[in-house]
Amino acid sequence: MTTHTKIVPVPLWRVRLSLLLKSIRSGWAMFAENPVGLVGLGVIIFFGLFALAHPILMSTVWDPRVYDPVMGYDMEIAFHPAEPSARHLLGTDPLGRDILSQLMYSTRYEFVLGILSAVVTVVIATTIGAVSAYYGGLVDTLLMRFVDLVIMVPFLPILIVMSSLTRVGMFELALVIGVLSGFGGTAIVVKSQALTVKVKPFIEAARIAGGGDFHIIFKHMLPNLLPIALLYMMFVVTGAIFSEAVLSFFGLTTIEMSWGLMINITQTQGYLMRFDTWHLLVPASLAITLLCAAFYLVGRALDEVVNPRLRRR
Amino acid sequence: MWKFLGKRLLQMAVTLILFQAATYFLIDAQPGDIADIMTMDPNIPPAERQRLRAELGLDRPPLERFITYLGNFYTGNLGVSFQEYPTPVLQIIKERLPRTLVLFVSASLVSFWAGFVTGKVLAWRRGGFIEYTSTIAGVTLYTVFTPWFALMMIWLFAVQLDWLPTGKFLDPVEWIGAPVTSNQIFIRMILTATVVLAVVFLGLWLSNKMPRKQRVLIRLASFLLPVGGAILFWQLSGVGQYVWDIASHLILPVMTVTLIAYGGTMLLMRTSMLETLREDYILTARAKGLPDKVVRDKHAARNALLPVWTGLVFSIGGSISGGIITETIFSWPGIGLALLNAALVADIPLAMGAFTIIGMMTLLSHLVADIGYAFLDPRIRVH
Repeated sequence: MTTHTKIVPVPLWRVRLSLLLKSIRSGWAMFAENPVGLVGLGVIIFFGLFALAHPILMSTVWDPRVYDPVMGYDMEIAFHPAEPSARHLLGTDPLGRDILSQLMYSTRYEFVLGILSAVVTVVIATTIGAVSAYYGGLVDTLLMRFVDLVIMVPFLPILIVMSSLTRVGMFELALVIGVLSGFGGTAIVVKSQALTVKVKPFIEAARIAGGGDFHIIFKHMLPNLLPIALLYMMFVVTGAIFSEAVLSFFGLTTIEMSWGLMINITQTQGYLMRFDTWHLLVPASLAITLLCAAFYLVGRALDEVVNPRLRRR
Repeated sequence: MWKFLGKRLLQMAVTLILFQAATYFLIDAQPGDIADIMTMDPNIPPAERQRLRAELGLDRPPLERFITYLGNFYTGNLGVSFQEYPTPVLQIIKERLPRTLVLFVSASLVSFWAGFVTGKVLAWRRGGFIEYTSTIAGVTLYTVFTPWFALMMIWLFAVQLDWLPTGKFLDPVEWIGAPVTSNQIFIRMILTATVVLAVVFLGLWLSNKMPRKQRVLIRLASFLLPVGGAILFWQLSGVGQYVWDIASHLILPVMTVTLIAYGGTMLLMRTSMLETLREDYILTARAKGLPDKVVRDKHAARNALLPVWTGLVFSIGGSISGGIITETIFSWPGIGLALLNAALVADIPLAMGAFTIIGMMTLLSHLVADIGYAFLDPRIRVH
C-alpha cells in the first residue's frame, strides 16, 4: 500500500447502471421464485412471438390472396365457415378468411393498445401523484377530488356512449382508457408512495443544493415512483385489452381486425349460439382471456416483489 | 356521521352533474343537429330551417340549453325515445331498472360473502396444490372474456344439460292469456325475496345470542319457515307457474355475474388476509393459546376485511360493466341492454337516460360502501 493511490473517478452513469442491474437481478430472483408470475411471462412471450411470426408467414408460406386477415378469401373451399383442416389450422370464418391468420394479425394491435394505454396511464398517474404529494394543500385537494370523481365513473358505459357518438379507433381507445385509469385508482396508489418518498433525506438534500420544484419532482421523486407505477401498468394492460375486446364485440369500434371483432363477426353472421362451430368463437376468446390473465399474473408477481409484506419469507 | 353524509351527498350531486355535462357537451360538439337532418331537402329555404331551430330551442347558447335539460331531468322529464317513438324514456327505465337491480344486488352480495369466506380459508392454508388451483381459478374468473364465459355457461347449463332456458326474461308462450303483467309479478317476487332474507338474517342474529344447543334448531327453523312459507304462498296465489318461469330465467344470469365478481373478491381477500397474518397481534393471539378458528375468524379476518371493502368500492364499476355484458348475452332486458341498444342506433335521449341511471346506481353503491366502511372501521367513526 502506498500513499499515492490514484483515485480513478467512476463516471456517474456507470454507477447508476450497476445499481440498476443489481436491483434488476435481485428483483428477478424474487420474481422467479413465483411460478405464477413465470407462467404469465411465458404466455406474454408466446404471444409476442405469435405476433412476430405473422408477417414472416405472410411473406413466405401463406398466399396473401387466401390468408390475408381482412381481405383474404379461399376460393377452393365451397362452404364457409370451414372446419379446421391442414390448409386452415383453425378453419375459416363466415367470410372465408383464415382464423389463425386473423388471430396472429390481431395480436400485435392488442400489444400496441395495451402498452400505449399503460404508458399514458403511468405518465398521468405519476405526474399527478408526485405533484399532489409534493405541493400538498390546495393543489392536492383539487387533484384528489378530481380523482375521486373519475373513480366513481363506470368505465364501460362511458366507452359505450362515447363510441356511439364518435368514431373510435385503436388509438383513441388507448388514449381514453389510459386517461381514465391514469386519473383513477392508479393515481391514488402512486400518491401514497410519493408521500413516503417526499420525506426522505435526499429530497431535503436536493432542495438545500438549490434544486427547483420541477427538478426535484421529475429527477428525484419520479424514479422512485416508477416501480409501483410499472406494477399498475400491468393491470391497466389487462383492462385495456378487455375493454377493447368488449367494445369490438358490441360492434362499437372502427378497428379493422381484432380479437373482439372476430367474435363480433361470429355474432353478426349468426354463429354465436351455434356451439358446433366452436372454432369461430373459442380461439379469439381464449386468446383474450390468456393475454389478460398473463398480464394480471405478472402484475401480481411484481406486487410480491414490490410489497415485502406479501412475501413468503 | 351526518356531516360526512352531507359532504358525500354534495360530492355525488356534483359528480352526477359534471357527468351529465360532459356527455351533453360531447353530443353537442358533433357536427350538425337534428334540424339539419330534418331539413336535408335543398328545396327547403334557409329561413324555414332557422324557424325550426328556434322552435326546437337550438338557436340558444349551449349552456342555456344544458340548464334547461338539467331542469327537465330533475323534474322527471327525460324526453322521448327515438327508437320506440312516443314512449317516454322514464317509462322504459322504470320498467327495466328492477331487473338490473336484482341482477346487480344479488350478485354483489353473494359474491362478496363467498369471496370473503373462501379467501379467508385459502390464505390460512397457504402453499401446495390448493393455493395454485385457487389462484388460477380466481385469476381465470377475474380476467375471463365475460361474453365468452356467459356463452360457456349457456352451453353447459342450457344446451348440454338442458336445465335452464338460454336467455330472455320470460317464455312468451307460457304467458299467453296471463292475468297479470310480468312486472307486477317481478316486483312481488322482489318483495318476497326481501322478506325471506330479512327473516333468515333475523334468525341467524337471534341464534347467536342463544345457548349453543338451541342454535342449530333456531337456524334450521329460521331458514325453512320463510322459504317454505314463500313457496306455499306462491303456490296458493294461482300465478305460481309465472313466478317459476321468471325465476328459471333469472338463475343463469345471476350465477354468471356472481362468478365473475367472485374471482376478484376472493383473490383480494386472500392477499389481504396474508398481509394481516404477519401482524404481531396474530402472533400474540396464537401465543395466548386461542384456538386456530378464533384467531382466523375473529382476529385476522375482521381486520383483513377492511382493504377488501375498499376494493369493493373500486370493483363496483367493474360489476356494473359485467352486468351490461351479461345482460347482452342473455338478452336480459335491463338498463344495460337498453343503453347498448340505444347507443347502437344513436337513440340519444334513451342512451343519456340509461347512462345517467347507471351513473346514479354506481354513485349510490359507492355511498353504501363508504357508510359500510365507517361501520367496519371504528377509527373512521371516531374522527
